[in-house]
Amino acid sequence: MNPSKNESTPLVKRGLAEMLKGGVIMDVVNAEQAKIAEDAGAVAVMALERVPADIRAQGGVARMSDPELIEQIIATVSIPVMAKARIGHFVEAQVLESLKVDYIDESEVLSPADYVNHIDKWKFDIPFVCGATNLGEALRRITEGAAMIRSKGEAGTGDVSEATKHIRTILGEINVLASKTEDELYVAAKELQAPYDLVREVARTKKLPVVLFVAGGVATPADAAMMMQLGADGVFVGSGVFKSGEPAKRAAAIVKAVAAFNDPAVIAEASRGLGEAMVGINVRDLPAPHRLSERGW
Amino acid sequence: MRIGVLALQGDVREHIGTLAKLACETVEVRKSADLKNLSGLILPGGESTTISKLMDIFSLREPVLNFVQSGKAIFGTCAGMITLANEVLDSASGQQSLGLMDISVRRNAFGSQLDSFEEVIDFDGTTLNVAFIRAPIVERVGEAVQVLSKLSDGRVVAVRQQNMLATSFHPEITGETFVHEYFLKMASSPQ
Repeated sequence: MNPSKNESTPLVKRGLAEMLKGGVIMDVVNAEQAKIAEDAGAVAVMALERVPADIRAQGGVARMSDPELIEQIIATVSIPVMAKARIGHFVEAQVLESLKVDYIDESEVLSPADYVNHIDKWKFDIPFVCGATNLGEALRRITEGAAMIRSKGEAGTGDVSEATKHIRTILGEINVLASKTEDELYVAAKELQAPYDLVREVARTKKLPVVLFVAGGVATPADAAMMMQLGADGVFVGSGVFKSGEPAKRAAAIVKAVAAFNDPAVIAEASRGLGEAMVGINVRDLPAPHRLSERGW
Repeated sequence: MRIGVLALQGDVREHIGTLAKLACETVEVRKSADLKNLSGLILPGGESTTISKLMDIFSLREPVLNFVQSGKAIFGTCAGMITLANEVLDSASGQQSLGLMDISVRRNAFGSQLDSFEEVIDFDGTTLNVAFIRAPIVERVGEAVQVLSKLSDGRVVAVRQQNMLATSFHPEITGETFVHEYFLKMASSPQ
């Protein structure tokens, strides 16, 4: 063994997420979709059993994908492969780690396996991404070992309003924290229900110590570019691609819009002739128990 | 001196931060006009398939080739090394490199993210702590190419060919500035 070589350090775990910045991560349910995503310029794919729109429509308990499917996806693409485990389901996470996926998403889109505890992510060599709706939730996930955060939005709706709310909330709360004096940070930590040292670090650096992506409801190139202008490091697209009329075209258009998120002419060009967007559900029409973003705490 | 960082996708921010520590002026390069008045260009880490596609979408391939062929310096880390190579092993379909350096590079040569690591290496006689993240390896080195770093098992991870520099690893995410200083010296004496 080489004594100077260190695997799975926080820097190595967070480092992969740093490399994904400015990119689009796409939900895929099989190898064929994974190939379409890679060809469209996705920086990574997220393997799951059903896209959120179908989970919503079909109901029932949503779980980790079949390992066979995940292996097929890993064998098909050369970009990083992420896969979802249920909140608190540390054995699904152990299984995904043994399959050598590149990242685990401990995700509220699947049915939670534990309504009290999240996975102790420090126990794993593989990095985790977790959802958050506000700064306190993001910091609690980081405390548990998350190496990347994504705002939750409301998955499977095609309605971007919750994604907007969550990224604005997280970044807004960071700004408030940054404006506080040293002696106010003790109470801030109490209110955020997060460890003082981490709160102080965020107040000082004015950013999370990990990469922050947006997820949940992004369906168009303009949606994706808006999330980037609001301050996201990158975007997850779930049902938005493969529930639309022309997935390959829409996927490439969203990649282009994220790369040139400040250029309306490019976004206009990317938005032309994409066929039908996913039908969508207005979040306000969803009864509260059916809102996925309220899972996790 | 002004150095550009190709800002289509990847760890652009870390490179800009490293250059800022060296008091170097930086420009985010998103279109060909951004290459004007630069002494050098950095191709950051990121996803090489994505960066390759975006270079075509934003018509940057020819301008970057012309930039390097005019003698300006270029430095690629990880995905940037893949982009500079004239042969990419285990490439994705449709992935096209710039083909500027006479090296063969294998993508994801160490395996999945579980095989990513930090290591203390020797770079041209200086000891540095750097990160290898789903990193590539140089499997063939052309005659005009100088090897600047090897792992303890002899695998090549940093190379230079005239005005071009490439590393498998990321000096920019561990806070090392030495490789960037080395690059700034290259950029200040055009070939």
